[in-house]
Amino acid sequence: MGLAKRIIPCLDVDNGRVVKGVQFVDIRDAGDPVEVAKRYNEQGADEITFLDITASSDDRETTVHMVEAIAAEVFIPLTVGGGIRTCEDIRRMLNAGADKVGINTAAVFNPEFVREAAERFGSQCIVVAIDAKKVSGEGEPDKWEIFTHGGRKPTGLDAVEWAKKMVDLGAGEILLTSMDRDGTKNGFDLGVTRAISEAVHVPVIASGGVGNLQHLVDGVIEGKADAVLAASIFHFGEHSIQEAKETMQAAGIEMRL
Amino acid sequence: MSTDKKATVAVIDYGMGNLHSVAKALEHVADDNTQIIVTSDPAVIEAADRVLLPGVGAIRDCIGEMRQQGLIPVIQKAMAEKPFLAICVGIQSLMAHSEENGGVDCLNHFAGNAHYFGNDHKDVDGTQLKVPHMGWNQVTQTLNHPLWAGIEDGARFYFVHSFYIIAEHQEEVAGTCHYGHDFCVALARDNVFAVQFHPEKSHKDGLQLYKNFIHWDGKP
Repeated sequence: MGLAKRIIPCLDVDNGRVVKGVQFVDIRDAGDPVEVAKRYNEQGADEITFLDITASSDDRETTVHMVEAIAAEVFIPLTVGGGIRTCEDIRRMLNAGADKVGINTAAVFNPEFVREAAERFGSQCIVVAIDAKKVSGEGEPDKWEIFTHGGRKPTGLDAVEWAKKMVDLGAGEILLTSMDRDGTKNGFDLGVTRAISEAVHVPVIASGGVGNLQHLVDGVIEGKADAVLAASIFHFGEHSIQEAKETMQAAGIEMRL
Repeated sequence: MSTDKKATVAVIDYGMGNLHSVAKALEHVADDNTQIIVTSDPAVIEAADRVLLPGVGAIRDCIGEMRQQGLIPVIQKAMAEKPFLAICVGIQSLMAHSEENGGVDCLNHFAGNAHYFGNDHKDVDGTQLKVPHMGWNQVTQTLNHPLWAGIEDGARFYFVHSFYIIAEHQEEVAGTCHYGHDFCVALARDNVFAVQFHPEKSHKDGLQLYKNFIHWDGKP
């Protein structure tokens, strides 16, 4: 008996609509974020993360309304990431009903922003998103680096050291995405997940590469992740969250069923 | 039946940020005869039928804001006379003292203190545990209480905290949780109930607790 590991479905949102196609039986309009969030909530999601990919900052108001509408009906933790650059951005999302915000690129360009945000809003709502890529070659000791711009631009920053620094500055949680694995369906990069999870005292969410339910089990047991995030395996009805939880529980992982 | 006078629940807004989720969750379970009011006005709090004390952020700022806004007397008065629910940092603010922020004296409604889990918190088998204690954990109900009505013993609630309560009076402990060791996550005495977890983020069981609160007459 104790704390359960978490499953977090992730939705990409553009201008207040869920994109990248989410398909559920019985839902006519799969692009409605409220409908999608309610469905995941009913399936037993432990939290929901929205990644705002809205290009224009003018359209962010739409995201704020979307968060408000979801928070009025879905009573589990909600995280919003993407485009969070200032304390004002954070304040708006929290006031709309988000429980946590994900800070990514802004942390790389201005690490002090993480400190400022944690001091003002509390570490519990500051998730630092880390996009890491393996840079060590065959036979070399493992090394991962932080990349920005969707994995295209290297920063020279060591991923494990960076995670520790973010926690020292006040990050309450780390959302770790392997850019090598993202979209591959080959499973998490367990090496970097474990290295970071063992290096920091805050929870680590593994992301990037989930293709089947065993990958979720591996992320927790081998990667030592505290939570697992996935998108496509849930979006297309391949697997329900309930089914994922049952598989993880059968593998000996404590889950909220 | 008169419907012009609605029962009110005051959610105390002492400037510590987002109360949207708390208010929305209460509204979700409230019937037509109940009104939810987010307020920092002592007169409104005093006139309310029930009072909810939320809590976000660090304890020093919470207590500091309550004091600066002159809310402590009205909070203490509410705790003396009507159904009162404190959540998250709210429960910690009702203790005598918290270790957070180098040590902060609190409202001393319940005897006991809030302690840090530590950065080297371990499970009984030696496994390293993350701090904050974040996620869904099982709550063992250690008291029969109207606020637990309709909630299964051992139900999971959502937690986010790095400090935990050690209560001095065992008979006031209404619920416990295990994370490395057992600790108190709910306290009850007379018309006051306090929880460490976030009912507004705890799906149906959290909503049930809010529903119970809205219908609670304040008797244990």
